[in-house]
Amino acid sequence: MLEIKNLHVSVGDREILKGLTLTVKDGEVAAIMGPNGTGKSTLSYVIAGREGYEVTEGEVLINGENILDLDPHERAARGLFLAFQYPVEIPGVATMQFLKAALNAQRRSRGEPELQTPDLMKRVREAAAKLEVSQEMLRRPLNSGFSGGEKKRMEILQMALLEPSVGILDETDSGLDIDALRVVSEGVNSLRSPERSFLVITHYQRLLDYIRPDSVHVMAQGVIQRSGGPELALELEKNGYRDYIAGEAA
Amino acid sequence: MAARHETVARVEAIDVDAYKYGFTTDIESEKAPKGLDEDTVRFISAKKNEPEWLKQWRLEAFRRWLTMREPEWARVHYPPIDYQDLYYYAAPKSTPGPKTLDDVDPELLRTYEKLGIPLREQEILAGVETRKVAVDAVFDSVSVATTFKEELAKAGVIFCPISEAVQTHPELVRQYLGSVVPATDNFFATLNSAVYSDGSFVYVPKGVRCPMELSTYFRINEQKTGQFERTLIIADAGSYVSYLEGCTAPKRDENQLHAAVVELVALDDAEIKYSTVQNWYPGDSAGRGGIYNFVTKRGDCRGRNSHISWTQVETGSAITWKYPSCILRGDNSQGEFYSIAVSNGHQQVDSGTKMIHLGRNTKSRIVSKGISAGKSQNTYRGQVSAHRKADNARNYTQCDSLLIGHDCGAHTVPYIESKNTSAQFEHEATTSKISEDQLFYAMQRGLTAEEATALIVNGFVRDVLQQLPMEFAVEAQKLISISLEGSVG
Amino acid sequence: MIKLANEADAIYEAQYQTMRKAGAEQRRDRAYKSFVERGLPNRRVESWHYTDLKTALAKPAPLAAGDERALALDRTHDSIRLVTLDGKFRPDLSDLSGLPDGLRVQSLHEALADDNPEITAALWPENAGAEDAAVALNGALMQDCVVVSVSSGVKVTRPIEFVTLVGASVPEAIFTRAALIVGAGASVKAIETAGVLPRETSIATQINHLLALRLENASEVDVLSHIAGFGGGSVGVFSLMAYLASHARLNAHQLIEGGGLLRRQVFAALDGEHAHAAFNGVTLARGRQHADTTLFVDHRQPHGTSHEKFRTILDEQAVGVFQGKILVRPCAQKTDGVMQSKAILLSDGATMNNKPELEIFADDVKCGHGAACGRLDGDQLFYLMARGLPRGEAQSLLLEAFANESLVDIADERSHNFLTARIGAWLAERTPS
Repeated sequence: MLEIKNLHVSVGDREILKGLTLTVKDGEVAAIMGPNGTGKSTLSYVIAGREGYEVTEGEVLINGENILDLDPHERAARGLFLAFQYPVEIPGVATMQFLKAALNAQRRSRGEPELQTPDLMKRVREAAAKLEVSQEMLRRPLNSGFSGGEKKRMEILQMALLEPSVGILDETDSGLDIDALRVVSEGVNSLRSPERSFLVITHYQRLLDYIRPDSVHVMAQGVIQRSGGPELALELEKNGYRDYIAGEAA
Repeated sequence: MAARHETVARVEAIDVDAYKYGFTTDIESEKAPKGLDEDTVRFISAKKNEPEWLKQWRLEAFRRWLTMREPEWARVHYPPIDYQDLYYYAAPKSTPGPKTLDDVDPELLRTYEKLGIPLREQEILAGVETRKVAVDAVFDSVSVATTFKEELAKAGVIFCPISEAVQTHPELVRQYLGSVVPATDNFFATLNSAVYSDGSFVYVPKGVRCPMELSTYFRINEQKTGQFERTLIIADAGSYVSYLEGCTAPKRDENQLHAAVVELVALDDAEIKYSTVQNWYPGDSAGRGGIYNFVTKRGDCRGRNSHISWTQVETGSAITWKYPSCILRGDNSQGEFYSIAVSNGHQQVDSGTKMIHLGRNTKSRIVSKGISAGKSQNTYRGQVSAHRKADNARNYTQCDSLLIGHDCGAHTVPYIESKNTSAQFEHEATTSKISEDQLFYAMQRGLTAEEATALIVNGFVRDVLQQLPMEFAVEAQKLISISLEGSVG
Repeated sequence: MIKLANEADAIYEAQYQTMRKAGAEQRRDRAYKSFVERGLPNRRVESWHYTDLKTALAKPAPLAAGDERALALDRTHDSIRLVTLDGKFRPDLSDLSGLPDGLRVQSLHEALADDNPEITAALWPENAGAEDAAVALNGALMQDCVVVSVSSGVKVTRPIEFVTLVGASVPEAIFTRAALIVGAGASVKAIETAGVLPRETSIATQINHLLALRLENASEVDVLSHIAGFGGGSVGVFSLMAYLASHARLNAHQLIEGGGLLRRQVFAALDGEHAHAAFNGVTLARGRQHADTTLFVDHRQPHGTSHEKFRTILDEQAVGVFQGKILVRPCAQKTDGVMQSKAILLSDGATMNNKPELEIFADDVKCGHGAACGRLDGDQLFYLMARGLPRGEAQSLLLEAFANESLVDIADERSHNFLTARIGAWLAERTPS
């Protein structure tokens, strides 16, 4: 379960999140939609613990524990996974080497035994097959020279292996063609379970045709402006965000 | 291959003697006695009616200079300069401080007309040109005319010969003179401090955006005369000024010394854009004559968010030794250096910049384009350094060199020094010849080898040309063509 | 006559007089004259701009005496092993078993007795680097050397390892040389190891070692150099002088682990058409170590290629230096030269100085260099941590990848593994920042 309570976040002198509150229950898929530049990516980075953001008020809880004082890797070990909008290229670090290091670091911190390479390989191959990730991609350095679609599939592959309890998808549909969108969405849908919460951040309704949300929240001006069911997304698709950004034009 | 050979042949055949500003002006002048000693310094100071502190400052510099040695680290070679065989002061006789343009010797006005520098304000006003440029014209050792002074004064901008500023705004001169380039800085700057004769002074008050481009036009005319001008520009908090500098000299068989100092001070939120088109006489095709250009230019980004930008197009001089630099002292300050250095004939260029990052979040950018042809040597030499407290300092440097012909050299010598983990420096350099493919492509479309070369060279230097004010960019582009091709005007 | 400016000069003069008696007087005289003309370099000497050897060697240590004691040495590589200990070539500590045909090993004494002009020329090379004061001092004071000659066409499969060790328990000065002469069409793998015996790691040694490589036409040489373990007060200059004839190929990789003041200087003369040289390396330094890598690549003939890729990691108050100069002479048309140096500063006390240089006198060339310094990429670090890696582990992973960028071309897997393991061990010793 993910709980965001009255979150205020500033970058430099500018307040970007202004008291955002949102709960995503176990098993729930919540979608956040909103116009560009409204702080959606800030929200995902703050939850994951990226530097450069100042939380001035509020808390973020994962399964009841406030994580805001934790380092990013400690949050990951608590079950948080962020699928990046722009997955970072890391030349020189082999994808397999990275997957093993990440998986075992999380297992260690949870007191679980480390996975041996053959076992890991088996899991990676299974997940890779589902996401149409080729062996050749796994041999390349992490995200290096990957196309936009390949990077996103690699993100979902990692999510499948790391089995988080809270998954945040930040604009996962951006830069995807229709086939890649289908593959990625199926990957996400196969990970849906009663114990797992998802927060899907998107600008367009399109992704929600594939990943059906339980709730939809409109974010603008640093807060959740309105919440509703899947029908809200369709309404936004039709009317746009203009009702929510009125005050921002100036 | 044919295209390339043709190009090389053309460039080799360049008539470097076709320097079009090589005429001399026949005008009677008053000189200090030849040679340099304390009396020369006192003579200059007395000529300028200077206050005692400035005379003492000069004398201290002179005494210091006597203990210094000429720097040898640059890649320039020249026979020893006999500093006693030079005149250190020369002034057109008929102009003991002209009050208006009407008092200026008509011969001088004609000289500037020939150089394409309008000194009569109405000429510009009458023309189609809507942008105004105020000009300070320096002829040998003295300023002969400054235009648009009154209009600038209305905006509060002071633009006058530095010798005049010493009289009218002594407090400003005293506060800032030597505060960026100390009198002890280096051999040539120290010499300049002792014997500088004139130059331009600019003060832009707080919050003022200077209403027009300011410019100084330097002309060396006299034989055996060193030119030592000193420019001081102060941009007070929140102000902006764009300043242009041009230089030419007559063709003479001897080498003439030019050792200038330029000091820029930018206070909080101020911005100074300093552009130079340097076209001193480069010497003839046999390497005889030409200006020795040993110049110290430095800007001090003293205030927070201050910004200094140097742009230079260097096509002239037998020897160029200059490194316009920025001291990024204020937090968030920015320095830029954009340079095109074209060398041909027997020219030697050793030029570049220093970006000294002292404050936090300081940024600098260096784009240098060197083009070597003939038997010339063209060196980029630059330093980028981040000191301990320069958190988040950023520099990006791009240095490209183009070689035309096989008797020239292109050299790149960067010094990149970081003492701060959060400083991020990137430097890239390339050296190549003009691409066969590009030449062929352009010629297939009907351009001559010469035109194709000009086209490609223009593309090569475009990033820098774009930094120049428009009128200057057009001039500079022509100048580059002339320097390289000798036939296109 | 030569005027002695100071105490250090007087000591070197006395040491030179001593070493003259060991033979090769003429060579030593010439080298010493050259040294005296220049003196120990300080920062005013352009090629020593960031390393003040004059100050570092203000008090020259006495020449190492050496002894004959037997020792059991650790072996890292399966190699033909040539050990020099405290300035003396020690056949007894070396592994000269099963030398293949066409491979010959000589000590200084034997080389001089042989009086073969080819060997003498290789041992006192006069190409790029001969002008360097530290090289000249080495030529004057060389205590011993080992010369390996490989006949034309011979392919030596077992690596030839030049080991230079310090075992003395008091501060001493060591001047040694090694030469590898590779005949036309021959191919050789060489390993250059310099270090100290484990129990002597705190001794302030002054060591000046030169490896001279001569690659005849179409020969191929791989060199792996590892310099590590010198104590805090040590001053080391390790020179590599390479001469490449036409179509010769040299592939060199190095790992320098800082210790006191260390200077690695490489001088390469590409003196035949289509010669190819690659120099790649990693430098690691921490504490108050000063680690200088200086390269000079001299393209003298057409169609040469030289590629250099260096990575430096600096922690605490360490100072790193990279100077690399590509010279293309007027006749060296069609040269392709690329040099790249990147450094990561892990601590605010560290300093990196980069001076990549191009000196180009031929127009039909493609040359370039790049230099960068900064800290670890924040986005990469965050990405790894967001996937669960603790900060230290994430940093190490990125630093290993960074270092590995200049080692990826090592063909021999065991050599590659050896170096990456060393880098891993160095990183494991640091506290994450």
